[in-house]
Amino acid sequence: MGSRASSLLREEDIDEIKKETGFSHSQITRLYSRFHSLDKGENGALSREDFQRIPELAINPLGDRIINAFFPEGEDQVNFRGFMRTLAHFRPVEDNEKNKDMISGEPLNSRTNKLHFAFQLYDLDRDDKISRDELLQVLRMMVGVNISDEQLGSIADRTIQEADTNGDMCISFSEFTKVLEKVDVEQKMSIRFLH
Amino acid sequence: MPGYCAVLLQLNLLDYFSFCFQWATLRMERGAKEKNQHLYKPYSNGIIAKEPVSLEQEIQEMRRGGAEPEFDMSDIFYFCRRGVESIVDDEVTKRFTAEELESWNLLTRSNYNFHHISTRLTALWGVGVLIRYGILLPLRVTLAFTGVGLLVVLTSVVGLFPNGRIKNYLSDKVHLMCYRICVRALTAIITYHDSENKPKNGGICVANHTSPIDVIILASDGCYAMVGQVHGGLMGVIQRAMVKACPHIWFERSEVKDRHLVAKRLSDHVADESKLPILIFPEGTCINNTSVMMFKKGSFEIGCKVYPVAIKYDPRFGDAFWNSSKFGMVNYLLHMMSSWAIVCSVWYLPPMSRMEGEDAVQFANRVKAAIARKGGLADLLWDGGLKRGKVKEVFKEEQQKLYSKVLVGSSEDRSRS
Repeated sequence: MGSRASSLLREEDIDEIKKETGFSHSQITRLYSRFHSLDKGENGALSREDFQRIPELAINPLGDRIINAFFPEGEDQVNFRGFMRTLAHFRPVEDNEKNKDMISGEPLNSRTNKLHFAFQLYDLDRDDKISRDELLQVLRMMVGVNISDEQLGSIADRTIQEADTNGDMCISFSEFTKVLEKVDVEQKMSIRFLH
Repeated sequence: MPGYCAVLLQLNLLDYFSFCFQWATLRMERGAKEKNQHLYKPYSNGIIAKEPVSLEQEIQEMRRGGAEPEFDMSDIFYFCRRGVESIVDDEVTKRFTAEELESWNLLTRSNYNFHHISTRLTALWGVGVLIRYGILLPLRVTLAFTGVGLLVVLTSVVGLFPNGRIKNYLSDKVHLMCYRICVRALTAIITYHDSENKPKNGGICVANHTSPIDVIILASDGCYAMVGQVHGGLMGVIQRAMVKACPHIWFERSEVKDRHLVAKRLSDHVADESKLPILIFPEGTCINNTSVMMFKKGSFEIGCKVYPVAIKYDPRFGDAFWNSSKFGMVNYLLHMMSSWAIVCSVWYLPPMSRMEGEDAVQFANRVKAAIARKGGLADLLWDGGLKRGKVKEVFKEEQQKLYSKVLVGSSEDRSRS
């Protein structure tokens, strides 16, 4: 029988997700269909393997870090709400943002939240600081075997030197934000969702 | 009035079906609007708009002006966005499930808006079910059994003849007749284009693969030598009978792994001008007919003429794609025989040969591009084997190499200045 994806999603759920993330009704149903097609186990939640089955994601050097961003601390299943909450970070910023994220009082796709998403890709142990070690590991993921340890080390050192203002040899979130203040984060971290 | 009748007569059966399907869809849309709900629309138009910007372009754009740092913390944005884009919509995984349609074709299996059906629509659907399962299916199954039975019996009879022109003539006729019965068993409405390019002896015919029915569709219009693995059971019986009448190429499971053996048998076959052209599906697996995926280079290394064929099914009347991870063969055939019809178009393309300085992979891609263009399908470099297997590490390493070049490249510039 064909997929009944849309009938498993209730109108109340759609409305809640709409309020929380700002996606439109049709976008939510389409994304639910996508969620459902990725969910090979058909248990209403995605595991890391479900993500890794996407070839374009598997060849992305930071694929594993991105997948990790979908899973809350210590969990290895993400349900549709969590999936949408993470995707909401990539909604383009509109001028008339009416929806608010419950916790931080800011919409999920604000500049700060987009920057925070990127920050978490670097921050491997989720301690709100990017240490030299973490930076090196992420750099190594991005370049593979093509750059030597020494060269990579000096790149990491230079980056931390330029960003670190309080001398703790780590990059905090505010230092990260300062370094990227001239970058058009809103455009670079947005995906054009069709209506 | 007479003019009206004339128009009605000119519309053929398929047009009436189309009209019904469109009415069904409109009815559902109305039902949904009345209940103040939204209709589920398939994402055939895409969920997101992607920009095909390359890694280098994007990273250069992101570099802030002034002194060029080697690495910028914002470089991560590119990988991040690309990664999430592929989570929302990627080019590969959607090719392995049936295409979703805008309008409903009154088959339960392709409906996603059940709760919007009115009584009138349900009645129409009910009548459809009665016709399809009560009348069409039994008729078709009988035809199928007849076709297959005749194939086995008659090819064995032809096998008794001594090798020669009479045997070949009879074998061709028998094969064609039985395949045509099978075509009727599926109610396949096929339009053949450019038949002057039909494959000839001493060549290989390559086509895009959507379903096992592809074989029946092509073989009912021309005679081919089939290639495949030896099966047990009913399939094995059919294979053994067919090979009595004319030479087909069946491989044992162990032989399939040996690429040289496979290539040798294929070359020997095409070298013999009296033998029929070989029919091969280089994708190696069934794809859902919206795209053509990577062609395995084996058939393109042999060095003979290649006759490309493009097959495009019209999914409105019955989706022919075989999702082998979801449905078994019997289930699939039942689906096919209980659809309205299988409608498809076959284009015979002019023969192609390997050019000077072209290797097998480039030749394969050239043929693939021609087939994709003719059939209106997307031309993808991805391997159909990704349906079941993992993507090779080497592709990730390529991405890493590209990015490293961007980093190291800028340091080389600096050391020069």
